[in-house]
Amino acid sequence: MSSSSLRDSIASDALSVSIRGLARSFGERRVLNDVSLEIAQGEIVALIGPSGCGKSTLLRHIGGLDTPTAGSITIGDAPVTGLDARSAIAFQEPRLLPWRSLTRNVEVGLPRTRRAASDRERVSHLLELVKLSESAHLRPREISGGMAQRVSLARALARQPGVLLLDEPFGALDALTRLAMQDLLLELHAAEPATIVIVTHDVDEALYLADRVVLLGSSPADSADAVSSVRATVTVPGHRPRDRGSADLAVLRAELLEGLGVATHHLPVTSSS
Amino acid sequence: MSLSSPLSVLERPVVTDVAASPAPVETSTPRRRRWVRPVLLGAVLPLALIALWQLIATSGLVASYRLPTPLGVWAAGVDLYERGVLYQHVAISTQRVLLGFVIGSVVGLALASVVGLSARVSEFFAPTLGALRAVPSLAWVPLLGLYLGYNEDSKVALIAIGAFFPVYTTVASALRHVDAHLVELGRSYGYSGPALLGLVQLPAVVPAVISSLRLALAQAWLFLVAGELLGASLGLGFLLVDSQQNGRIDRLFLTIILLGVLGKLTDTAVGVLERFLLKRWGS
Ligand SMILES: Nc1ncnc2c1ncn2[C@@H]1O[C@H](COP(=O)(O)OP(=O)(O)OP(=O)(O)O)[C@@H](O)[C@H]1O
Ligand SMILES: [Mg+2]
Repeated sequence: MSSSSLRDSIASDALSVSIRGLARSFGERRVLNDVSLEIAQGEIVALIGPSGCGKSTLLRHIGGLDTPTAGSITIGDAPVTGLDARSAIAFQEPRLLPWRSLTRNVEVGLPRTRRAASDRERVSHLLELVKLSESAHLRPREISGGMAQRVSLARALARQPGVLLLDEPFGALDALTRLAMQDLLLELHAAEPATIVIVTHDVDEALYLADRVVLLGSSPADSADAVSSVRATVTVPGHRPRDRGSADLAVLRAELLEGLGVATHHLPVTSSS
Repeated sequence: MSLSSPLSVLERPVVTDVAASPAPVETSTPRRRRWVRPVLLGAVLPLALIALWQLIATSGLVASYRLPTPLGVWAAGVDLYERGVLYQHVAISTQRVLLGFVIGSVVGLALASVVGLSARVSEFFAPTLGALRAVPSLAWVPLLGLYLGYNEDSKVALIAIGAFFPVYTTVASALRHVDAHLVELGRSYGYSGPALLGLVQLPAVVPAVISSLRLALAQAWLFLVAGELLGASLGLGFLLVDSQQNGRIDRLFLTIILLGVLGKLTDTAVGVLERFLLKRWGS
């Protein structure tokens, strides 16, 4: 497959994202406070943090699905004020329409303004990329959780977004498919850079994919109030594709796991964040 | 650059194995047997009942002016048919039911869509419709008669009222309970208003719509008889009153059986529609 046909599959201009002083409370419960983050055009940023710390909430704000209590988000040079066509989100749950075939589910992602024969081709191309061509005619109840996640990813890619928001897109995949999908994402990104924000629980995945890893969470100091903000931002050294076993990454990995509160039994390292 | 490379590490596409295995081929013979048996089985009880009926009616246990024989009922049917009125009664009643059913369910669907989709519209309409629904159906008969006359309009209107409520209530509530995640998905991919309705909400409530249509159809026949009992010169309801007044017990039985058969036939038609729609839209 030539990279020009790939360009057709996710062709759009990457857009920068700027989050300034974002706070979000649900009633009394403060989830996010003073989150600020600048994401460059075409950058891949991984969000990690303990369960319930507000990763999905932050992602939903970037996608315009939720309104901040304070602060602002800008994509490109226009603020996000509501649902935003410049971004596409793959939710933490696959959210497939049960009465549609996989093909027709991916079609939901097509930009609504223009639908042509070429779009149909793109849909089948995307299904091929996520290795689901054989199953394209099936209904969601007939497929596994991991397959559903890949459909959801293909649907988000169909949107050709400037900002791609992925909420644990590979969480339900077996180890081998997960690695393959990570490589697929990187290839797509190399062919036509979109800005990607990816939420993950997997530190290795974050280090393999991202330019920067953002650790979200509450500081241990005010543990009574578990409100999250950006605890650390780690710039991952080197260029993609990275060596999954590199020593540099091992150090960062230990640091990030430490940040997540996982004892790594490594020698203490000096912070580079 | 080859894009299929990322997965080429997999020697075989484990995840697609399920899909690749061919579906079992269905031969036509077991398929035909599959529906022949229930039909035969289902026919046993009615036939037995008719036999029992014949036995009782000819045994002299019950006076013949209270219980006609099955053959007598058949003869009454043939008699009415030969006079050319049987068809008229059946046709006019079926026409009223279908008209009222279609009008009632279309209005019901439309109103349910508006009420089920917008909390504000729901707050506006729901209490009123709830109160109207609480009015016993037959209470409308005199009013409709006064307003529209004891003619086709008032009967069709009554049947439409009967068909409206099951559709409205069921569908409005189903729309309110559509998976919020899917609705949000639709919105986030740029769908709103009627497009969103077509993408998520309507398909999601197809099963509810169908079961409400079946209910509505049953209601339509009920309201037909009510309407025709209270003022008609033609139709199965009229035939009931007329037969009672003239002591034609055979025609009375005939009409009841006809109502049962017609009701079942129309219900079966909706059942066929149901199977078709669920195949298309069911999950
Ligand atoms: N709509 C909502 N109403 C009330 N509370 C909410 C809502 N959405 C999220 N929360 C709360 O916000 C917090 C963060 O939720 P979020 O889904 O963002 O976590 P997360 O970091 O994505 O967790 P996980 O890794 O388990 O997916 C949780 O405590 C959750 O209860
Ligand atoms: Mg989450």
